[in-house]
Amino acid sequence: MTSAGPARHPAPGRARLPRTLHPVAWWLWALGLATAVSRTTNPLLLALVLGVLAVVVANRRGEAPWARAFKYYLYLAVVVIVVRVAFRSVFGGDVDVVGMHVLFRLPQVPLPSWAAGVQLGGAVTLEGTMGAVYDGLRLGTLLCCLGAANALANPKRALRVLPGALYELGVAVVVSLNVAPQLVESVQRVRRARKLRGGPTRGRHALRGIAVPVLEDAFERSLMLAAAMDSRGYGRTGGASRRTRRGTVVLLLAGMVGLCTGAYGLLDGSAPGALGLPAMAAGATLCGLGLALGSRRVRRTQYRPDPWRGPEWGVVVCGLVPAVVLLAAFGAGVSALDPSTSPLSWPTLPTGPALAIVVAALAAVVAPPPVRPGRAPTVPAGAGIERDMGRLRTTGVAP
Amino acid sequence: MIEFDRVSVTYHGAPGPVLRDVDLIIGEGELALVVGRTGAGKSTLLGAVNGLVPHFTGGTLAGRVQVAGRDTRTHKPRELADVVGVVGQDPLAGFVTDTVEEELAYGMEQLAVPADVMRKRVEETLDLLGIAELRDRPLHQLSGGQQQRVAIGSVLTAQPRILVLDEPTSALDPTAAEEVLAAITRLVHDLGVTVVLAEHRLERVVQYADTVIEVRTDGTVSSGVPAAMLATAAVAPPVVELGRLAGWDPPALSVRDARRVVGPLRQRLGTGPVPPPVRLVPRAVGATLLQARRVTVRYGDAVAVRTVDLDLHAGQVTALMGRNGSGKSSLLWALQGSGPRQGGSVTVEGTDPAAVPAAAARALVGLVPQTPADLLYLDTVADECDQADREVAGAAPLKAREVLGLLAPGIDGGAHPRDLSEGQRLALVLAVQLAAGPRVVLLDEPTRGLDYPGKRALVDILDRLAGEGRAVVIATHDVEFAAAAADRVVVMAVGDVVADGPTAEVVTASPAFAPQLAKILAPAAYLTLDQVARVLGEA
Repeated sequence: MTSAGPARHPAPGRARLPRTLHPVAWWLWALGLATAVSRTTNPLLLALVLGVLAVVVANRRGEAPWARAFKYYLYLAVVVIVVRVAFRSVFGGDVDVVGMHVLFRLPQVPLPSWAAGVQLGGAVTLEGTMGAVYDGLRLGTLLCCLGAANALANPKRALRVLPGALYELGVAVVVSLNVAPQLVESVQRVRRARKLRGGPTRGRHALRGIAVPVLEDAFERSLMLAAAMDSRGYGRTGGASRRTRRGTVVLLLAGMVGLCTGAYGLLDGSAPGALGLPAMAAGATLCGLGLALGSRRVRRTQYRPDPWRGPEWGVVVCGLVPAVVLLAAFGAGVSALDPSTSPLSWPTLPTGPALAIVVAALAAVVAPPPVRPGRAPTVPAGAGIERDMGRLRTTGVAP
Repeated sequence: MIEFDRVSVTYHGAPGPVLRDVDLIIGEGELALVVGRTGAGKSTLLGAVNGLVPHFTGGTLAGRVQVAGRDTRTHKPRELADVVGVVGQDPLAGFVTDTVEEELAYGMEQLAVPADVMRKRVEETLDLLGIAELRDRPLHQLSGGQQQRVAIGSVLTAQPRILVLDEPTSALDPTAAEEVLAAITRLVHDLGVTVVLAEHRLERVVQYADTVIEVRTDGTVSSGVPAAMLATAAVAPPVVELGRLAGWDPPALSVRDARRVVGPLRQRLGTGPVPPPVRLVPRAVGATLLQARRVTVRYGDAVAVRTVDLDLHAGQVTALMGRNGSGKSSLLWALQGSGPRQGGSVTVEGTDPAAVPAAAARALVGLVPQTPADLLYLDTVADECDQADREVAGAAPLKAREVLGLLAPGIDGGAHPRDLSEGQRLALVLAVQLAAGPRVVLLDEPTRGLDYPGKRALVDILDRLAGEGRAVVIATHDVEFAAAAADRVVVMAVGDVVADGPTAEVVTASPAFAPQLAKILAPAAYLTLDQVARVLGEA
């Protein structure tokens, strides 16, 4: 296993060299898990997925700011569950509560006849609430899969693998990613300055005093960035003809429709089978054609491109195993994937799917350790201790 | 290498051209220094070199600019990227990626340089600028000097033959500025890059320049060897001004040159006591207006200000100096009361400004922040002044408009605050803050973007404030300005006060803080030209 980065370890034979894994590999891995998640509401399986995500993120994320994002996705998942339960309690109160466990009753608001089917208030049952919790947990776990991908793969590096034709799009995203934190900083600075002038820092009256300087600042910064990019040769070779450009757009749009349909088919178990993989494949082909057409004229090179080697394949396989197994189990109608909430029963852990999900955790071993900037190369003495301390620290803060 | 042939530039809606009939030739391997007053068109001249003017800025360019044989009329900036590298004032504003290494490679990726060549050039450039240990670091975590060196490196990797730098050190402290200028001179000597450099603080660079290009306020441009050009230029560093006063021909450009010819002047000055600096309004140090005890400011684990004691007296101008990040700004904000303060006490006229509402705090202590424009949001100068009067609780002790008239006469009330020069905008914000009638006035980095005449005007403003019996603090990097304006200098390092005393004592104690005149005329502690002129006049 050779590294794309500079050699940072004296004994490459024994320990693997740290390097960043190809971002696409992490995304495919996360999408594989997401597909698996979409096929089950079993809280035990979902908790297992969350555990796998946490283990892999804690072991294989870098030290960049986005690597700390996973925590916030976990918070988001909790919010999703709470909102789901609250909605279910307010709008989905059960009418027929015979044999159910009623937790409490909300005052019921009579609705006009045209709102038939919608109910406001009423009995809140344990069965209904548990159903909402399972459902919210599934959605939350799905979000956490995306969060893990974000934490593991540098989003900007992921954008760099975009083909030439989509390069402009990538740059626009990068620039807005750069501008957003600056905007926040700018708002803080101007609000502090407002205080110096004795003016209000909140409310409608403060808006103009804050918005005008901030926007002027943002505008000026964007112009300076644009000038800097232009002087450094950005867009030098982007001269594609009108026809090619139009062809690219049509192909890409059609491809995207195909991909969306395919994703819907794959993620929603009740969709007809033809919507799934075939639509996905057709969409991918169209997109590929469009990108190839658009990239013909663009000449750029990439600095230190991420290689695609054994570990990348390994991580992708780790992610695909749970997807395939759960899709198959869903097709075979394994009931444990969807534990009944009415009547309530303890969910059981189906062996096959559970093992498949555990396989995804192997990605933490298959992927090479991430590069920790500014550690080993600058401090040769005691570097090992330094690194171990770093690892301890990372696991320490892992959510 | 660079050829301007009867070039005139006119922006839309401007009454006249910014540049007028410019004929200019800059040869290969030269270091050309562009000088001129703020707003004279230096940036326009620099922008015209790589075609940003007029392709990016708009406006009309008459005549012809040729760079390495390419006409900027037919070549856009991006098509000149392999020939001209441009570095601006604020490096952070021009960064596209987020780590040092990626930033260095960005330009080459655009030029489709093969991957193996890129790798090699990045390594070379890291070494050339001494930033190898920063390679993986996020750009926003670097210090100002490091950022500016990365910005220079990021254009160098494309191996341009011309480097255009628009005031690359204006936001840096003296040490960081030295780093950047040393890097630039090394490039000129080792790589033979042609450098076109605009710089306000001429005392730092003029001795390295091969050519000086002066842009005058009427848009005309002339160029020549530095000594001849500076003898008559509208802006000149103190050493050249001293040469003019002493009648040196050609004028000395560096402290070293000046010391070799200073003998006769020193004899004329004699060994008598150095007279105090000439003030527009005489200053008299009065009562203590602000008393700070054990002030501490922390951001998380980082201690920005560590148990600082400070007394500010009426009628005294104090310069607060120290490198970037030494806690100057944090201290000023803590003294004003609107910044964080974790420990200690601040008392102004018996009140703690942090304990009263913002409107009352500004009547005690007025602060002009580093970016004064943050305070302005209305469309005209007159509106801003009226708004400032309304914002004062009760009757305004002073009308902002009148204060502004005193500080910077001749500003059109209908002008948009954005269209003012840096110095005028500073005066406007100062007027807005003075309307509340604070007796303690704090200015954070007020000399940024001011040229020599602008700084002289600011010294006069400070004289006026101190003469009215206010206590004034200026945080500044500018040694020459501190020497001219301040009665007392406080030096901070990593949150501590490391020196505090009369200006002459503190600044002459170490070579890093000594102004040029003090270095030339040492051991006599002359700080400003007025002092020399006065002694010569009496002799």
